[in-house]
Amino acid sequence: MRTVQATRLVRAPAGIAGVALLGLVVSPIAFLAFATAPEDLVRALQDERLLSALVLSVQTSVVALVITVLGGTPLAWWLARSDRRIAGVAEVLVELPIVVPPAVIGVGLLIGFGRNGPLGVSLAFTTTAVVFAQIIVSAPFFVRSAAAGFRRVDEDLLLVAQSLGASPLRAFARVAVPVARPSLVAGIGLAWARALGEFGATLLFAGNLPGRTQTMPLAIYAALESDVRVAQSIALVLAAFALLVFGALHFLSREAR
Amino acid sequence: MSWRVRIDGRLGTLELALRFETSERRVVIVGPNGAGKTTVLRAIAGAKLGLDVEVELVGAPLVGPPQARRLGYVPQGYGLFSNLTVEQNVGFGADAASTDAQIERFGLDTIRHVRPDALSGGERQRVALARALAIRPRGLLLDEPLAALDARRHREVRASLVAHLAADALPAILVTHDPRDVAAFDGHVVVVDRGRVIQQGRLEALAKAPADPFVEELLAWHPAPP
Repeated sequence: MRTVQATRLVRAPAGIAGVALLGLVVSPIAFLAFATAPEDLVRALQDERLLSALVLSVQTSVVALVITVLGGTPLAWWLARSDRRIAGVAEVLVELPIVVPPAVIGVGLLIGFGRNGPLGVSLAFTTTAVVFAQIIVSAPFFVRSAAAGFRRVDEDLLLVAQSLGASPLRAFARVAVPVARPSLVAGIGLAWARALGEFGATLLFAGNLPGRTQTMPLAIYAALESDVRVAQSIALVLAAFALLVFGALHFLSREAR
Repeated sequence: MSWRVRIDGRLGTLELALRFETSERRVVIVGPNGAGKTTVLRAIAGAKLGLDVEVELVGAPLVGPPQARRLGYVPQGYGLFSNLTVEQNVGFGADAASTDAQIERFGLDTIRHVRPDALSGGERQRVALARALAIRPRGLLLDEPLAALDARRHREVRASLVAHLAADALPAILVTHDPRDVAAFDGHVVVVDRGRVIQQGRLEALAKAPADPFVEELLAWHPAPP
């Protein structure tokens, strides 16, 4: 009897705490959705600044994503297959940007690729700089997820495919990718969302130049200084876009099964 | 010689120094779990394991990557591609004519468009065998082909497997941990433990002079003929 009561005593506060956290997590988007007047949204959607920021955000994040997938897939494959110590070190290194604050990455990029950088190339305050920042902060999410997916690929399945005459590349495409597909799609979704939301490193390394480096998150920041309602509308559009992308990827990963 | 195999090297904690040769088409590798049986098959199939491997099949050396060896490799659990249908599995490495021939031969026509997840153990084994044979292999490598079956179906599926093997007269290496299967597979028996060959030969010859307790236990299922 006492244990039952004790369980109940713990369960109620635990339940409340869980629901409270869930509410807090959802609240920003809920506030945005309910507190934005439709006419403000319509006005903002016709705003030149919002449109150019949206276009720039989509362009840069798609380029960043393509580069991430092209480089991240072989890297993740190697991380998943190799049991050498250097692969373990590489795995920790690739995840550094997850734990290092974006501002730190921004300063580092500014030192390396700034005007007087040691490499002699100046990328700071260009659209390329935006893409650089997005790749660095988002790639770890893709590589991590893809490597987890590739680890589920049975070594024997690859050997079977090759025994049946498939080249290693065909075995990878026809056997490994289908097994890892849910993880690959999840990784793409996370990486894209992270690239789309990138703010700190971009602000420091690429600046906030409308039409060149001002992506959606930076446009929100810029709009806040003049008109909260415009910032609110841009934020809502960005949230809707991100949810749309996430929903589409979720649907795709279920379709593919 | 039908088969001539030499494998040396180290894989994890397993130290391999193993050789066998026989003029018999069929080899049955038997031994306890962890003996290195699966490693032997993978090495023969051409997997990169960092071992020193030399294999000869009917006088011709087997070299190069797996796709150059034309061996029908069937791993433990059959290794079917779960995202592909039965037909796509069988046809993975084969032309349409060969695929159709194997589908017909193994009675897979009614389940051609089914995915492996929905199949029984016996059906899976037939699909795996059909897929391996569809490439017209020079030899077959079967790893525990009966381990995934329940006791009731074991004998029946074993009989059909042996019949199929006999029909093709293909060189084959079968791996099993189960002494009951050794006599049924009927071939050159290679008893393996901890990466080494303890004893090899016909089952009858092994019965006359078992080399160690494991072989004796193995033969307890098949007492020596009078």
